[in-house]
Amino acid sequence: MTFDIFVLPFFIGLLFLLTVLFVKFSRWIALIDRSGRRKIGYGLFSMQIFPATAEVFMECLLHRRMWKQNKLLGFMHMSFALGWFLLILMGNIESRVYSGGHINPPYYPIFLKFFVHDKRVLPFELNTMPGFFRFSMDFILLFVLTGIVLALFKRIRSRWFGMKRTTRQSSFDRWAITCLWLIFPMRLLAESLTASHHGGGGFLTNSMGDVLASILPDNFLTSTAYISWWGYSCVLGIFFITLPWSRYMHIPTEVVMIYLKHFGVKSGKTINSFSEIEMRACPRCGVCIDVCQMNTAQKTFSTPVYFLRSLRKKVPVPIVDNNCLLCGRCQQVCPVQIDLLDLRVASRNLDNKQIDKIYSYLPADVPDSKGINVLYFAGCMGHLTPSVKKAMLKIMQAANVKYRFMDADGSICCGRPLMMAGMNNAAHSVMEKNRQIIHASGARILVTSCPICYKMFNEEYKLFGVEVLHHTQYLLRLAEAGSLWLNQSGLSVVYHDPCELGRGSAVYKEPRKLLKRVARLVPVAEEKENALCCGGSLGDFSMDHYQREQIRDAALEVLTRPNPDLLITSCPLCKKTFHNGTDINVKDIAELVAEQMDLPEPVEIDAEELAY
Amino acid sequence: MSKHVAVVGAGIAGIEAASILNAMGHSITLIEKNEILGGHINHWHQLFPNRRQGRDLLEKLYEKMDDSIQVQYGKEITSIKPFSGKFIVTAADGWVTNADAVLMATGFDLFDAHKKEEYGYGIYDHVITSADLEEIFIQGEGLNPRLGKDPQRIGFIHCVGSRDEKAGNIYCSKVCCITAVKQAIEIKELYPSVEVYCFYMDLRMFGRHYEELYQEAQEKHNIQFIRGRLSEASENKQGGVVVKVEDTLLGKPLKLTLDLLVLMSGMVAPVAVTNMRDKLGLAKVDDGFLKPVDPHTQANLSELPGFFMAGTATGPKTITDTLTDARSAALEIDRFLKEII
Amino acid sequence: MQDSASRFGYFVSPDRQIDFDRNNHEVASKVAAAEPGLNWCISCGTCAATCTAAKFTDFSLRRIILQVKRGELKGLAREAQKCMLCGKCQLVCPRGISTRNLILQINRVLQSENL
Repeated sequence: MTFDIFVLPFFIGLLFLLTVLFVKFSRWIALIDRSGRRKIGYGLFSMQIFPATAEVFMECLLHRRMWKQNKLLGFMHMSFALGWFLLILMGNIESRVYSGGHINPPYYPIFLKFFVHDKRVLPFELNTMPGFFRFSMDFILLFVLTGIVLALFKRIRSRWFGMKRTTRQSSFDRWAITCLWLIFPMRLLAESLTASHHGGGGFLTNSMGDVLASILPDNFLTSTAYISWWGYSCVLGIFFITLPWSRYMHIPTEVVMIYLKHFGVKSGKTINSFSEIEMRACPRCGVCIDVCQMNTAQKTFSTPVYFLRSLRKKVPVPIVDNNCLLCGRCQQVCPVQIDLLDLRVASRNLDNKQIDKIYSYLPADVPDSKGINVLYFAGCMGHLTPSVKKAMLKIMQAANVKYRFMDADGSICCGRPLMMAGMNNAAHSVMEKNRQIIHASGARILVTSCPICYKMFNEEYKLFGVEVLHHTQYLLRLAEAGSLWLNQSGLSVVYHDPCELGRGSAVYKEPRKLLKRVARLVPVAEEKENALCCGGSLGDFSMDHYQREQIRDAALEVLTRPNPDLLITSCPLCKKTFHNGTDINVKDIAELVAEQMDLPEPVEIDAEELAY
Repeated sequence: MSKHVAVVGAGIAGIEAASILNAMGHSITLIEKNEILGGHINHWHQLFPNRRQGRDLLEKLYEKMDDSIQVQYGKEITSIKPFSGKFIVTAADGWVTNADAVLMATGFDLFDAHKKEEYGYGIYDHVITSADLEEIFIQGEGLNPRLGKDPQRIGFIHCVGSRDEKAGNIYCSKVCCITAVKQAIEIKELYPSVEVYCFYMDLRMFGRHYEELYQEAQEKHNIQFIRGRLSEASENKQGGVVVKVEDTLLGKPLKLTLDLLVLMSGMVAPVAVTNMRDKLGLAKVDDGFLKPVDPHTQANLSELPGFFMAGTATGPKTITDTLTDARSAALEIDRFLKEII
Repeated sequence: MQDSASRFGYFVSPDRQIDFDRNNHEVASKVAAAEPGLNWCISCGTCAATCTAAKFTDFSLRRIILQVKRGELKGLAREAQKCMLCGKCQLVCPRGISTRNLILQINRVLQSENL
């Protein structure tokens, strides 16, 4: 016997799901631009296929990043994903063994215990073929069932899973999750009931069958067994039908996304076809919610998981798009590694692209200043922190650097704030002017005091022949080259990683190395990749002053916990934000360096050496 | 038996209230954290609107002070606790007293101009505060020791740390506009050829003879008033301070180089007093000052019977208002002490 | 030509006063709904003084805010397009106005109303 009518709900559901997935994915991939499609074509036959497959295994089945987040959370996700995968894999092998290696219909391994019953085996009889399979299949089923118990438990005690807040479900999600949670208990019930009167089954289903047989009449067992197979098939079918519109769409999408990323397909500054894939790869696990500082300003509605939900609806909601500091903490923890910042900015592009900007007023002439090695750019914000500006000039003079202060008389914005608003064309027109000024200067090194400008010059400007450095990097270089003689002040200091310099540009090492030369660096609870945003970020376009202060105060609470002599940062915006919120003195790293500097004998700096 | 009142703070409000209460027959302890009486006025050269010496006002107040007032110097009060109808007042050095009533005449702190980094105080040599300028007037050596020359252009920035959300103070400090006018005139008298500019958001000349002083500044001294708030100051190679404002009445950005920039620091609530207020469970106001039960009819009373306040402890005030307020507090305390017999 | 002739060669100079009754106040209410900071301004001009763009061109957020509030919208859309969103004004505003959002909302409303 290889067919019964009860398999139809499952079978129809599966066919429906496969058709929908095929249509959706082919459409998205077809809409990827030409260079992207070429990358996919090339990638499919490249060595990239192996690391990509490894990542699919590690992330989609083992959930390595979830484990890093929280062990219980990791185990819960792994038991579902890996367990179900093994159940399918093992079930297929088992069914082939039973059917003698024939190709079976897809429902056959799923409902194998309905079609095949044979003699009883001992619960832990591992040395015979049927004993081995029954034990393994029951073991895997138990593994999945623990995941379900944990998932239920997470509903009441999410904090045990490292989560203060969990994601609110949409209605499709509720249907899907109910079916998903029923699938495995239904399988257990169906297999146990079958085992109760036909025998068979492993340590779990067999024992449960025996218990049921001892308390229920025989004819009742036979009829409920058949009904429960129907139930099992139905919940599978409904789950498959709801899947493409529920959070579980992330399962197939994440796999596709991982391969595409390995082939070099990237998200961009506008919403494209790859963004469509990325936004659906979100499992709504909610790990991003707790780390998001928008919670501190009572703006949970705009945390990444809800932002993506709004994005998938295709109706721009500026208030959701704009309420984000672009600090990057979410991207740091996202188990699926979705490019959340790119998506946020791309979504703002939809909101703002109709806004025209005019910059024709920018001066046509470009100052010419040959004979310098270093161009110093304080940045717009740098002009509001004159102590930083003054310290930098003092240091460069002391180190005998041939420099020019590019924006001594006021800056032209680097363009990053416009890019953060998704206004890429506007950004490019202000960038062009700065690019001309930089190239005309003849400088080999561009030093900036503002991490926002640094990230922009470094990543977007493509300044060939000009090395872009943040002042933390440049000052360390000067110190290491012996051009600065620094004293150890002995002061205890904490260091605040500015978002754009830390997570944004991965500059963690240089400021710390430099600081250790002049002070005693004390670690803080959240630092480097986990550093908190000061709240002043230009990334947000919506928060008011009070909400920013709430975020600032929460960050200050963490930073000032070790009660340091000084709070050091390396961003004018962070400095200004923190300055009014604490009694602890807030300084830029450059100020401390300038204070602890002995004036050395004038030495001519070798530009060649510095500009390597 | 006479009742005992602890007056915290021996600035002008504390002295005035102590004198009156003492004359009414109460026993008074006047507690001062510094080693001298008089508070901020000690550092103020001349007072608006009549330009009398700060010293002169203090002497007038000291004359009324009877020797029977017990004065405690160098006592920084750290806690005030109500205890069975009395108050236990404790200082940082362990000194303790019991009082039937407490008068908070704790005054104000000057806003720390370092907090407005973009104005360059503590960064540029030629940026000072209004309090620094008074000190210079008191020293009597003029501006030359600091500037190395006779000044040619001086600017006054109103509202530094006042009417400023970013500084955490939304309120107006009341006295800065008129003080700037007074200081501008003093400068002008010292250096008749100097050009003086006052940068303001709104000129609040609300008191008797304030407008006249403003008029005098314009008519007699040619002091210029520019309606625009300073965004940032920078330093040029000669050590001059370059200020940027918008001349809002002309609608154009304006850049001006000054030899000296004077920041009119506003009044802020002393942190220690705000903390004490919160510890006692008294009404909180965002600005940190003490809050009277009723701003019109019970301006010296708190929710705690026997706990009174006077002067700038309840927010920025002029000298005239502070003294009036201190006298009204003395009356309220007298009434309270008579009721509790 | 005919128009000029019908006036016998005289020109009527346009009325210079702000016609508050007839001016468009819709824009102000729409902008204020999206960014309430519009109504917090005290016209101190710090934004215009610090402005990166104002160094090069005639641009004042203070004036733009007043124009929106008075309904004086002629030429305003173009004027409001000069901002680079650098955020200096936001840092110095004594009223804590979210100036960047304000200017974007002004841009958006003026553009959507085709003004």
